[in-house]
Amino acid sequence: MPRVIFVTPDGTRTEVEGVAGDSVMATAIAHDIVGIVAECGGSMMCATCHCYVEDAWSARIGQRSDGEEEMLESAACEVRDTSRLSCQITLSSDLDGLVVHLPDAQT
Amino acid sequence: MVGTGQGAFQLAASLRDEGFIGAITLIGEEPGLPYQRPPLSKAYLDEGRDDRLLLRPESFYARQDIALIPGERVVEIDRGAQRVVTRSGTRHTYDHLVLATGARNARPPIAGAEAPGVLGLRSLADARALRAAMATAQSALVIGGGFIGLEFAAVARAAGRVVTVLEAGPRLMARAVSAAVSARFLDLHLGMGTQIVLGAPVAAILTDGTGRAAGARLLDGTEHRADLVLLATGVRPNTELAEAAGLSVANGILTDVHLLTSDPAISALGDCAAVPQGDAAVPLRLESVQAATDQARAIARRLTGNPAPYTAVPWFWSDQGTAKLQIAGLTAGATETERIYPEPDRTVVFCYRMGHLAGVETINAPGDHMAARTLLALQPGITRAELAERGHDIRAMAKAAKEARS
Repeated sequence: MPRVIFVTPDGTRTEVEGVAGDSVMATAIAHDIVGIVAECGGSMMCATCHCYVEDAWSARIGQRSDGEEEMLESAACEVRDTSRLSCQITLSSDLDGLVVHLPDAQT
Repeated sequence: MVGTGQGAFQLAASLRDEGFIGAITLIGEEPGLPYQRPPLSKAYLDEGRDDRLLLRPESFYARQDIALIPGERVVEIDRGAQRVVTRSGTRHTYDHLVLATGARNARPPIAGAEAPGVLGLRSLADARALRAAMATAQSALVIGGGFIGLEFAAVARAAGRVVTVLEAGPRLMARAVSAAVSARFLDLHLGMGTQIVLGAPVAAILTDGTGRAAGARLLDGTEHRADLVLLATGVRPNTELAEAAGLSVANGILTDVHLLTSDPAISALGDCAAVPQGDAAVPLRLESVQAATDQARAIARRLTGNPAPYTAVPWFWSDQGTAKLQIAGLTAGATETERIYPEPDRTVVFCYRMGHLAGVETINAPGDHMAARTLLALQPGITRAELAERGHDIRAMAKAAKEARS
């Protein structure tokens, strides 16, 4: 069960147990994490599941897809090199302990 | 709220976000927690994962102090007493009532449409039944070449079923998209090996020896047989409750620009509501997640003391096979369209009304879609000439509009 740690802008850390094959977005929603809105439910239509992957994990996560890159342009908060749409990150045992930071706003 | 769909859920969540401290109650006919409908015709058919559909887990409603009453139907609104009565006889009073009653599948005048085995796709229960039927079917017949029928067709074909789509009109998704987009999706589905029959109104459902649906007969007498029959011919708004209460209804519960019905203590949103939109001649009923959620946010702001007219740019999407269709704006009222291919795999169709940009349809071009949404919101009324002058580069135009704003 890959664990994911969500960090709010004020530094609060919440660790949850995810399921391999689920997205980081779906994991956040299933655990009632505040700060991931996910209005379109993972269809890459809304850019409201924006997150910043912690530097140490950024390389292991892989690249943004083309469509993701374009949707991120519409994110409500600043887009950084570590920005991802959390619906496009799939959990696996390799990502056990993944740390993602939540932006100030999603809409 | 009457209803427990995505719109009612969003309103409850947004009310708490906006600082509302009063009691919030959601009463709806469907069992269980509020869930997303869009995946029912897409990923759900493939995966069958109920848990992925939930908008939020049960703990959310407890934490936000939102009372959820599923499996219960509101049967009457007593406007004088400001209360609703449920089927089980319970009464709930309200200071403000929001009708989020949604829509139901249309039943077209097809003989035998009530036969067992004629499936629909609207609710989770429908999707479960369809998924179960798919498991044993070799072939599927889809009546209706709209979004739901075509999304199902793409999933069923990808899963190896023999799929036929019967569309009464001359092209696919004709009510919602331009001819150029219809043509692209016709190619896509034919390319997947789906049989598409256009101009094919169905007269009757065919049944097998046991009386179960086993195909359809067209008006011209042609018969199409299949193991599974999906009727996907659009929806009708659930307006009976509002009508019985004497509210104004015309293809949806009529609202003003603040989403208020003809009773100032009652709002309406989502699939059941007909709402004034931009310069559209009549109030429009938009069946989309965007309409339901943006309208919910507007109502939440009004109820917490920040009223503003509803002006959100409509957007919509449909995933079919390898193609993602995205629509921004009100393309349905377009008088002219212009198709641009920025790259071979991408399609962008500009839709104009009286020479002004009304909306943009894109296929596999999410950046252009998002740019269109930005542009329609920040710079409404762009002319066809202006777009031509700027080389139709809406991404650059959207960027400039955003920078001018900040």
